[in-house]
Amino acid sequence: EAAKYEKKVMVLDFVMPTPLGNSWGLGGTCVNVGCIPKKLMHQAALLGQALQDSRKYGWQFTEEVKHNWMTMTESVQNYIGSLNWGYRVSLREKNVTYENAYGEFVGPHTVKATNKRGVEKLYTAERFLIATGERPRYLGIPGDKEYCISSDDLFSLPYCPGKTLVVGASYVALECAGFLAGLGLDVTVMVRSILLRGFDQDIANKIGEYMEEHGINFIREFVPIKVEQIEEGTPGRLKVTAKSTTGNQIIEGEYNTVLLAIGRDACTRKIGLDKVGVKINEKTGKIPVNDEEQTNVPYIYAVGDILQDKLELTPVAIQAGRLLVQRLYGGATSKCDYVNVPTTVFTPLEYGACGYSEETAVEKFGEENIEVYHSHFWPLEWTVPSRDNNKCYAKIICNIQDNERVIGFHVLGPNAGEITQGFAAAMKCGLTKEQLDSTIGIHPVCAEV
Amino acid sequence: GKNEYDLLVIGGGSGGLACAKEAAQFGRKVAVLDYVEPSPQGTKWGLGGTCVNVGCIPKKLMHQAALLGSALKDAQHYGWNIAQPVHHTWSVMAQAVQNYVKSLNWGHRVQLQDKKVKYFNMKGSFSDPHTIRGLTKAGKETVVTAENIVIATGGRPKYPTHIAGALEYGITSDDLFWLKESPGKTLTPFVFNVSLECAGFLSGLGLDTTVMMRSIPLRGFDQQMASLVTEHMESHGTKFLKKCFPTKVEKLESNRLQVTWKNTDLGTEETDSFNTVMWAVGRAPETETLNLETVGVKTNSETGKIIVDASEATSVPHIYAVGDITEGRPELTPTAIAAGKLLAQRLFGQSSELMDYDNVPTTVFTPLEYSCVGLSEEAAVQCYGSDNVEVYHAYYKPLEFTVAERDATQCYMKMVCLREREQRILGLHFIGPNAGEVIQGFALGIKCGATYPQLMKTIGIHPTCAEEITKLHITKRSGLDATVTGC
Repeated sequence: EAAKYEKKVMVLDFVMPTPLGNSWGLGGTCVNVGCIPKKLMHQAALLGQALQDSRKYGWQFTEEVKHNWMTMTESVQNYIGSLNWGYRVSLREKNVTYENAYGEFVGPHTVKATNKRGVEKLYTAERFLIATGERPRYLGIPGDKEYCISSDDLFSLPYCPGKTLVVGASYVALECAGFLAGLGLDVTVMVRSILLRGFDQDIANKIGEYMEEHGINFIREFVPIKVEQIEEGTPGRLKVTAKSTTGNQIIEGEYNTVLLAIGRDACTRKIGLDKVGVKINEKTGKIPVNDEEQTNVPYIYAVGDILQDKLELTPVAIQAGRLLVQRLYGGATSKCDYVNVPTTVFTPLEYGACGYSEETAVEKFGEENIEVYHSHFWPLEWTVPSRDNNKCYAKIICNIQDNERVIGFHVLGPNAGEITQGFAAAMKCGLTKEQLDSTIGIHPVCAEV
Repeated sequence: GKNEYDLLVIGGGSGGLACAKEAAQFGRKVAVLDYVEPSPQGTKWGLGGTCVNVGCIPKKLMHQAALLGSALKDAQHYGWNIAQPVHHTWSVMAQAVQNYVKSLNWGHRVQLQDKKVKYFNMKGSFSDPHTIRGLTKAGKETVVTAENIVIATGGRPKYPTHIAGALEYGITSDDLFWLKESPGKTLTPFVFNVSLECAGFLSGLGLDTTVMMRSIPLRGFDQQMASLVTEHMESHGTKFLKKCFPTKVEKLESNRLQVTWKNTDLGTEETDSFNTVMWAVGRAPETETLNLETVGVKTNSETGKIIVDASEATSVPHIYAVGDITEGRPELTPTAIAAGKLLAQRLFGQSSELMDYDNVPTTVFTPLEYSCVGLSEEAAVQCYGSDNVEVYHAYYKPLEFTVAERDATQCYMKMVCLREREQRILGLHFIGPNAGEVIQGFALGIKCGATYPQLMKTIGIHPTCAEEITKLHITKRSGLDATVTGC
């Protein structure tokens, strides 16, 4: 965006390899080890389900259908490669200088860039934007870095992960567990306490239930304390020892792969922020900014996952980044609107949400001031193959005191993301229950519910 | 004397049943008459009307079957090893769909019973403004009187009776969904969304399908979107015979049908043989046997549909009409249901809310789905002038198509807005997978008077197709390349 205003712009991008040696190209988390490969593998799993459904719709093919991990991963990685390439070309076309080097502040207005071979260069700039994002957190137990993988490794794993233990209850954990199981793998999820912290808990539990009913094992209220290697290989065999969070019980399990998805840490500790005086939250590593994405140092800004108290989502980062530049160089005044940002969790049963969860709505407005309308629904496409008729669910939360304005929207079902997007736009326009009721549904689709 | 029922509904389809059930909620005495005159080919069905039996429901299910065929091809790219060849067996699908439809018929019967609505499987006609004469299949007569009567008899497919052999040898959508055996090599002459949707899924199931059209496809819809839809079908196996119209249909010894047609472009006459010819030349309202003249209910002389005012009232007091039978209303299930419910609420529930027919979203379930809400580009330009209309548009590629190596040439969306400061959105059009799911929420936004800036302030959900709507920024006026690139 800045290049559009004919500013001289440079981008420094560098990927520190994972403990297991994995790295990737330009584009960041979303493109390489986040949204993109995740959705493609989720799609692969959905297609597995579609295969089963299709028999009921009259399609006939051999009984045994197996999934080939390598075929899928190669396709996915090829597509990501094309995106990496696309970004390089795009930056070049817009005359943005790109360096594949690790950047850190060394003094006011000065950054040192170190490339893969250790060659150092210094650059100065009028303004800086920190957008270094995050990386997966490790448990800090024996064997974690040596034998466990994270989402940074999963999407390019050069062998099928086999019987997998997923540690964590974040959306990353559940999405990965979901598609791995959909591809036919034996999957167990180890959860310390609740699922999808921060999300509507009523829905989070429905998601967990659905996954459990569809073959994913859950071990609740346990944390791993040790990971040992029984046998080397691709995949090998690992022994995991775990302790209960509520007592002294110890359990052991054997898996081919252990995937850690317990959270992400901001990449702010080793980029020289102390040298220029940028304050960070010591506990979380995140950077507090004002509503114009400015840090405590006036010429240094930040966007994306590293921001304190903001949503860790690609579209938010993109929007914030664009608007920031338009304010700096385009004379615009629009700030990024962080209210009613819609999101979707791509678990086997997808979950789309916008606005307040039921519990935060009750907390903020009081139970007597909100009205929750809800309904189970049975997608028409699920009828013929006799799939679950009582799992898909939708609810809206309205503020009685404000004309029954819709303050929360939640839908659990196929294509939740596609459904939710439009509702998010409507909420931006101040949607009320009455307006929702007077809008005609499209028939037959899930969204009309 | 006193009328037997508070409300009598003639026609047990989407509009009729919704109205009846709503009225029953208010503790009223309600009766429904439903009767299905068999099609010329002899097909008939149970309670529920067009949507349930020979419309939306079986159509979407067969569309889904065809989509699953594509999914099978995609799956191989995603690593699923499926041994070739893959076959489709029509009878397995038809049986499953028909069973589901029958369960819905049953469900409606149970619902009526639960709500204490009396159900007559009889064909009704007016004797006087408050009296209906019902005839069962066996010819037994029953007379029913009611304070209020709602006509919701819907429509049935028309036959082009001026074409020799059309009636004897052709079928319509009324028959297609109930065929026990595959229709085989099929021709669908004329082009309303019904024929395109059917041709679409028939091709998707592997059948040799040809669409014949005399002039433009999807009349009444945005024409740019209509041609993208047909372009997609053409590049994916459906044959199109453009600027042609059939002149006669004959039966061959082999039992196949020989169709002769005129090609208006080349000025030639051509023939080919097919297993099935399915007419989709529009639908005619079911008013002939109602005896409307006796009671003076006015109909439109051209279309034959019943004329109603904004409260669904006909020209005769206490007689109303909802659904496909009414003049000037969209032929859609959700509008019929909403209109039926609101009517009951006004009659018995002290409500005064009228049905709002503006900005009704709809979806055409062709292989690449098309959904829209609001004005087409041409309607907007006609209404406001091209200087006052701004069209934002984009060609995009669904993420799922990438690995599957699917062609996304026709995946396209456009937003038609007023150009003046507020930039209110007049119409939104989307072609792509799950188009209906995408547009539904935006239809709500448009109901709230959504403007272009408001949509731009909405953050996208990533990665979806719908998010591209919130990122539309290239105008047609600018002439710039509207292809979406990268994240």
